[in-house]
Amino acid sequence: MSEPVIEAVDVVKFLGDGAGQVQALKGVSLAAASGELTLLMGPSGSGKTTLLSVLGCMLTPTSGRVRVGGRSTEGAGPEDLAKLRREHVGFIFQSYHLFPTLTATDNVRLALDVRGESSARAIAKSKDALVKVGLAHKVGKFPRELSGGEQQRVAIARAIVGDASTILADEPTAALDSENGHAIMELLSEIAKDPSRGVLVVTHDPRIVTFADRIVRIEDGRIVGEERPRAIMPSTKAKARFKLAQIA
Amino acid sequence: MSLIFTLASRNLCHDRVRFIATVVGIVFSIVLVTVQAGLYLGFGRTVTTMIDHAVADLWIIPVGTKSFEDSSQLDARKRFQALAINGVAEAAPLVIGYAEWRVPTGGSTPVFIVGSDLRAGGLPPWSLVEGSVDDLSIPNSIAVDRSYFDRLSVEGVGDKAEIRGQKVEVAAVSNGIRAFTTTPYIFTSLERARAYTGVPTNKVTYLLARVTPGSDLESVRARIKANISDVEVLTTAEFRTRSRSFWLFDTGAGAALLAGALLGVIVGTVIVAQTLYSSTKDHLNEFATLRAIGSSGAYIHKVIIWQALLSAVIGFGIAACVGLIIVRATAGSALPIVMTPELTLGLFALTVVMCVVSAIAAIVKVTRIDPAMVFTR
Repeated sequence: MSEPVIEAVDVVKFLGDGAGQVQALKGVSLAAASGELTLLMGPSGSGKTTLLSVLGCMLTPTSGRVRVGGRSTEGAGPEDLAKLRREHVGFIFQSYHLFPTLTATDNVRLALDVRGESSARAIAKSKDALVKVGLAHKVGKFPRELSGGEQQRVAIARAIVGDASTILADEPTAALDSENGHAIMELLSEIAKDPSRGVLVVTHDPRIVTFADRIVRIEDGRIVGEERPRAIMPSTKAKARFKLAQIA
Repeated sequence: MSLIFTLASRNLCHDRVRFIATVVGIVFSIVLVTVQAGLYLGFGRTVTTMIDHAVADLWIIPVGTKSFEDSSQLDARKRFQALAINGVAEAAPLVIGYAEWRVPTGGSTPVFIVGSDLRAGGLPPWSLVEGSVDDLSIPNSIAVDRSYFDRLSVEGVGDKAEIRGQKVEVAAVSNGIRAFTTTPYIFTSLERARAYTGVPTNKVTYLLARVTPGSDLESVRARIKANISDVEVLTTAEFRTRSRSFWLFDTGAGAALLAGALLGVIVGTVIVAQTLYSSTKDHLNEFATLRAIGSSGAYIHKVIIWQALLSAVIGFGIAACVGLIIVRATAGSALPIVMTPELTLGLFALTVVMCVVSAIAAIVKVTRIDPAMVFTR
């Protein structure tokens, strides 16, 4: 296994206060390596999204350590965490979170603009990123002019345009039909082949397990299992059959 | 160009109704402030119009005089005492006071008499459109401003009336000499002014001193003070400031105008703050996304401040046009609203400050934003 691009060690996270307080993560350790696509699967309320938020430097753990791009987040303030996110992490959300008033190019460009990149260079990079996700013909379109699948591709372009070492995706196929979901996962799978980049996808969609290099299962705030389907069955079709059989 | 400006402008255009409400709020506020500040300036100028047009380096005035219109009297012999002082070239006597104007057809109206020595100068009428200052040498001659023709029931040179039971004839007509009290000014000679106002021949209201060329004003003033008792000696600028201060602040008129302006600023700030805050709330998800993808707090604050600044520029542009119309409409009135380049710049600065201050609530809101909310929406 190559060096982890993002890592949580013995992370505990409490959410809420007083009587309503819950322990969402109970000593979770997880590392996502570069060059592979990791699926984090578990039922609703298992702590998937909380773990993703902690790994993405949006929530600070109650205890435990998080390292992003080789840097510890311990003691980091909100601005330090924002800097870590913009330099090392690309996000893909279930409901895309595109800006309705910006074109596809400008939506992608935002990830560079927040870094202070010059506009000419940022525009060129953004268009390249859109070409990579198969949207060369949609660069000037607004989100309302794009299908759900296309909007998610724009979100992926936004996540990869800054050469983030980690791509964190939260249920990226949940709002898509199976054809579009499949296409998005193929794209993420391709991105994960980049040896400098790791992809961690949170999902409970069993249709996408065929794309995983590694599957980590979480339940009740704890990691309960891990498997590496590609190590066993390298062929995608075979993996699909294997997983479908598992689900059945 | 950074996307900050694009985001700000698109956010504004995206919420058209709210944007219109913001601009209307700014326009309302700035027009209100313009009117109040313009009235303040106009009032300040109008109350000193006589002082501004007098030919004097120093004003020798009764002790305790509060303004040009509010004065007691000086002994007329002080004029000769003044003329005897080294450096004094002239000490022109001036007699002012209220009188009653009666028209032949019946009825009367109060007028304000300004009488000066036509040979010594002092305060003759200006902006004459009919007749001349020399025409006031003709017995019973007076000068009136044409803006008061209706009030005085005259139509021009040659028309007759009565002041304090004495026949007068309009010999000269000025344009634009308006009184803030709306009481018409009547210019005449020193002697007839005494007759119309009842000021005795041994009294004058003011002495308007001119210093000889090359003399030091302060030295001359000191000599006048040392040699003439029971008088104050003010420069034109000092008397102007004293008169303005009396009418603007001692009477409370200026405070009322400033309070109106302040109210305008408060109303504008509240309206802009409210609309910016609700716009920010509507875009909270987008700001959270920005935060999630790693934008700094300052980046988001800039988006909000740009929204405020764009609103300020557009609102000010419209308000300035409305203000210009009001300024033109009141130009000929007794109390014109005055707009100066400095006031315009000041109002623009005020608009910008008001809008940026209004953005504070919105900024506080996004500062507390939790980027993790993007996972739950």
